[in-house]
Amino acid sequence: MNATRHAVGLGFQRGWTEFRHSLGSSDQVFNLFIAIAYTLVLFFQKDSKIEGTTLSLAALSLPSMIGASVAFGGLVGPAGQLSLNREDGTLLRAKAVPNGMVGYVVGRVTQTSLDIFFGLVVGILPALILIPNLTDAGFLGWLAVLPVLLLGLAATLPWGAIAGSLAKSPQGAMGFTMLPMMGVVAISGVFYPIQALPGWLQGLGQVFPVYWVGLGARSALLPDAAAATEIGGSWRTFEMVGVLGVWAVVGFALAPTILRRMARRESGADMEQRRQAALQRGMG
Amino acid sequence: MVIEVRGLRMRYGTADVLHGVDFTAERGEVVALLGPNGAGKTTTIEILEGFRMPSAGHVRVLGVDPAKGDELWRAKLGVVLQSWRDHARWKVRELLDHLGRYYEPYGTPERTRPFDTDELIKTVGLEEHAHKKSGKLSGGQRRRLDVAIGIVGKPELLFLDEPTAGFDPHARRDFHDLVHRLSDLEGMTILLTTHDLAEAEKLADRILVLAGGKIIADGSPDQLSRQVEGQSEVRWTQDGTRHVHATDDATAFVRTLLGQHPNGISELEVRRSTLEDTYLELVQRFESGQMTGQEVAAL
Repeated sequence: MNATRHAVGLGFQRGWTEFRHSLGSSDQVFNLFIAIAYTLVLFFQKDSKIEGTTLSLAALSLPSMIGASVAFGGLVGPAGQLSLNREDGTLLRAKAVPNGMVGYVVGRVTQTSLDIFFGLVVGILPALILIPNLTDAGFLGWLAVLPVLLLGLAATLPWGAIAGSLAKSPQGAMGFTMLPMMGVVAISGVFYPIQALPGWLQGLGQVFPVYWVGLGARSALLPDAAAATEIGGSWRTFEMVGVLGVWAVVGFALAPTILRRMARRESGADMEQRRQAALQRGMG
Repeated sequence: MVIEVRGLRMRYGTADVLHGVDFTAERGEVVALLGPNGAGKTTTIEILEGFRMPSAGHVRVLGVDPAKGDELWRAKLGVVLQSWRDHARWKVRELLDHLGRYYEPYGTPERTRPFDTDELIKTVGLEEHAHKKSGKLSGGQRRRLDVAIGIVGKPELLFLDEPTAGFDPHARRDFHDLVHRLSDLEGMTILLTTHDLAEAEKLADRILVLAGGKIIADGSPDQLSRQVEGQSEVRWTQDGTRHVHATDDATAFVRTLLGQHPNGISELEVRRSTLEDTYLELVQRFESGQMTGQEVAAL
């Protein structure tokens, strides 16, 4: 029996178990909140048409929201969980078990992916049911959006893991992922067209994955004619894959080293220190 | 030799936590590491577990330098640390079963791994709570789960950092039985830290006292109490008055006492010094020794 492969298998089970645990927990309040927000936004946008097209603003926003959710979840999710798991000892436990770190990382990736896709379905399903003619994307369109979302996940997950490894506390991890991420979402053409922003902000927005995942999702779910509304009048598929690919490659190149360094330093005494700090913050 | 430590030093910044720790442990031995708070017990254990890199010294655990221990080496260790709150959403059985399965590839015909989950749950007395979330357990129950996780891989060497903190007397008695069983039946070597001296005396074949970053005493509970003089206390009643006398040689004292007063002595009682007395005496001696050292340095 190959021990590493065995641990990878245990990691998948672990991810599934933790996903199941989160289904019945307060985590779902966040998903519910997102679902209500998305449905309301799309509802108010359904009757405004985009200039020069028959496309509703809501139809344009839907794929952007899908893209943003994936990029957001990919970064913020693992950052929060990793820093929390360092504080509560899950990571140290993984270290104490043979091949436990392999199982932990595979489990975390599995669970985060399941979480994000479940959150996505919960987030947009009410809008799809409640708002007639929201989108005319067919089965093929939904199929085509999957690889884009997977690429978006690959471009953000390792960075979330890096943020979680560097943060000193779960609050810190939230602080330096959530806040910048909100800023990035604001300039990524999700809720507000990117072309309406000043040029330098447009440029900045296109550095980060959020814009590109949104663009990729739009290219999959909207009719070809809608490309005219985008920067350069095209879906820029090549650039989309390129930018997301660079984020993914650099992230996956850096993350294992940073994760390992963080894990190596993890010890009971450090954990106890963080626990004391958490108790003092009244979060114990 | 299961544990071999020579000249172990640990320095955090400019503070020396361990300066020159030496000790060994043989297969099947139960060794208790005692010492005042901040003496470096947890640091020592974490170095042996491979969670912390020592500043200097020769350390071998199951023949391997913990800094270079691989997963096969890791599979032979059991670790119970202080204060764990992980996996709060996992149910007891679910978690123990999951963690146990990491040991499956490391089983051998002589030593099948891991322990059977349900038997282990029964062994630590959690069968009524097997389907409870671990975050909902009481402090003592949680600690028993931690111990179960520590031994699920049937380790050759088990580290227990204050294993019985938060146990009620009954749970403590059960735990002591478990430790005896593990060392007798499974031939496990066990290194434990505790503040409970009665526990150390009951469980340990050998006691190490760590103070000021050094091992200041190493021996069986018996040997340790012999190191400290004036260890017996004789109490008796004579003509309605209670007397107490401390002596090195209680037998000779009692013989003389009874010889002098053939009648009139009652309620005779000889009390040997407990490990607690010995321990306190040792630490105090060490600390006053250190004080003199500092005073000398100040002059």
